[in-house]
Amino acid sequence: MRETALATAADTGSWLENWLENFTEFAKVAPGKNSPWLKRLREDAFARFCEVGFPTTHDEDWRFTNVSAIARTEFRPATTTKLAPGDTTAWRVDDVAASLVFVNGRFDRELSKLENLPKGVTVASLRDRIESQPEEVEKHLGRYADTQRDPFVALNTAFIGDGAYVYVARGVVLEAPIYLLYLSTREVAATMTHPRNLVVVEDESQVAVIEDYASVGGESVVFSNAVTELVAGESAVAQHYLIEREHLKAFNVSTLRIQQGRSANVASHSLLLGGGLVRNNVHPVLAGDGGECLINGLFLGTGRQHLDNYMHVEHAAPHCGSRQFYNGILDGQAHGVFHGRIVVHKVAQKTDAKQTNRNLLLSDDAQIDTKPQLEIYADDVKCTHGATIGQIEENALFYLQSRGISEVEARKLLLMAFAEECVERMQSTMARAYMQRLIGEHLLFTEGIAPQSGTLGA
Amino acid sequence: MSLLEIKNLHVTVDGNEILKGIDLTVNAGEVHSIMGPNGSGKSTLAQVLARRDAYEVTKGSILFEGKDLLEMKPEEAACEGVFLAFQYPVEIPGIGNTYFLRSALNAQRKYRGEDEMDAMDFLPMFREKLKLLEMDDKLMNRSLNEGFSGGEKKRNEILQMAVLEPKLAILDETDSGLDIDALRIVAGGVNSLRSPERAMLVVTHYQRLLNYIVPDFVHVLVDGRIVRSGGKELALELEERGYSWTEHEPAGARA
Repeated sequence: MRETALATAADTGSWLENWLENFTEFAKVAPGKNSPWLKRLREDAFARFCEVGFPTTHDEDWRFTNVSAIARTEFRPATTTKLAPGDTTAWRVDDVAASLVFVNGRFDRELSKLENLPKGVTVASLRDRIESQPEEVEKHLGRYADTQRDPFVALNTAFIGDGAYVYVARGVVLEAPIYLLYLSTREVAATMTHPRNLVVVEDESQVAVIEDYASVGGESVVFSNAVTELVAGESAVAQHYLIEREHLKAFNVSTLRIQQGRSANVASHSLLLGGGLVRNNVHPVLAGDGGECLINGLFLGTGRQHLDNYMHVEHAAPHCGSRQFYNGILDGQAHGVFHGRIVVHKVAQKTDAKQTNRNLLLSDDAQIDTKPQLEIYADDVKCTHGATIGQIEENALFYLQSRGISEVEARKLLLMAFAEECVERMQSTMARAYMQRLIGEHLLFTEGIAPQSGTLGA
Repeated sequence: MSLLEIKNLHVTVDGNEILKGIDLTVNAGEVHSIMGPNGSGKSTLAQVLARRDAYEVTKGSILFEGKDLLEMKPEEAACEGVFLAFQYPVEIPGIGNTYFLRSALNAQRKYRGEDEMDAMDFLPMFREKLKLLEMDDKLMNRSLNEGFSGGEKKRNEILQMAVLEPKLAILDETDSGLDIDALRIVAGGVNSLRSPERAMLVVTHYQRLLNYIVPDFVHVLVDGRIVRSGGKELALELEERGYSWTEHEPAGARA
């Protein structure tokens, strides 16, 4: 049947030819290419992708985001590139338990630091782990991220090659975060990577993971299509941080699929600064009683950036709580999207779900689409949602200026304060300081804080 | 040279003329009170002096130490030494009180070519001023005015004034909404800042505050014009007789 699907795919038309060629080439060299389960996982996913293709704006989940620019580009796999240690000094971080660097999607051992991890914590490249411990990987890989629902997840799954593998054994607490850096280099052709991460946090253990997407060495068309599966066992505590700060020619689609056990406490924090077209999917499933999930994010768009945040919170067990907070700052002709979907299954009584999306528009041409979507099948639940769209408050601006603070500095302070609401929710001190620095640096280049921009403070 | 010289000031807001020819001269060391009924233009005058740009000056001039105040942005006026204690202080979540105040002080010091103050120098001075206003330093760890009571907000205004040490302090209805204890504390803070180098413009609707902050001059503002000026006894007369007579009796008749 699979073969039929692939054969049909080959006949469907020219847009698939490039993908078929890429997939055929990849299958020859893919890690674990001889494992039947992995082969099947990839092929099924590819068949699914061929069947549905890229989404269009007719698809309700993609109403505000047009991905035709991705669909019509003939991407090649990114080349394996070696960076000198000096090239990555700008991304050096301290106070982390381990750091893994991926260059064009491939793990670079020399740039990474994996030493001195406590007993019970495994951090490795997924590629290595597939080769060395396939049965361990098989337990979770591809079991949660939904290739049926999302063509980008299907595409990523078809091209599972490398990424991070994090395993924290039962009862082990790792306080310092694990830092994952994904660098894309400048290339001649349009290139793609499909980072695939698997984070398994066993019962009563704790971990924090930071994914940081950045570019090095100038702009070229790159497409990062990442999927992370985060599995949190009973009473496990996990934090996930996403930073997108690639250049403006980058397409970035990332999907975080969280599977939460009983009383697990998971937080997803996102910071979108870069990328031309960005789609940030966060999909937690609260599958055990008493789980807690915090979904927190900040997106800052300028120029013609398109930043889409698609939240899909699934309450599948009773007595769970979820809180979503997303703040957006949009300037120039940037377009932001916040889609907050909450699904409460019939069994999920006593669900407490909250959603808030606040936006600042700094120019006349900046745009935000914000859409709550509540699907509630249980009868004893509490679900609230709210969204606001506004400008920098003239009163507040004048108040700061009247004390001697310049208009530019006052705008920056107010934007920092708006951003700070999100930063304050981040539990890790290291992550908070890191995010604050990135936001501060980014705001220096935001047009909206300059007095001449837009219609602010008039 | 006077500290502040306002001449024939006309100000329009959304097409309505609010100030219709104000003349006022304030010298260093003096405390002037501007009194008047609601809607007479008192707050407009205060806001124009602090350079809020929603107000359009259609005629007249304002000189501050001989410099054209109307050419200045709010932050420049502040750095030159103009301070407005707001009638409605703004709550700004996400900006810490202490951080804000040190940023403001350093912005002003930088403007004047002085060295910026680091936290080590700033904090002892800041604690002194907190004591003066009888303020809990826990409040200072919170966001700017966020969740402050009305009295705490007004005290915070005077605290900022005490730290920034302006040449001209404008108090816009600082007394409104204060109970008597808070009023005493606020007035005490203001009085401790009186000096031969500093002038104050106390805008108020009621005479009550002037029992504590005794002015050298009182001006009555009615419908955009100063209809009467006098000494502190004028305030008492207003308290007794209200404002309406000032429009009908010729100025100076009872002075």
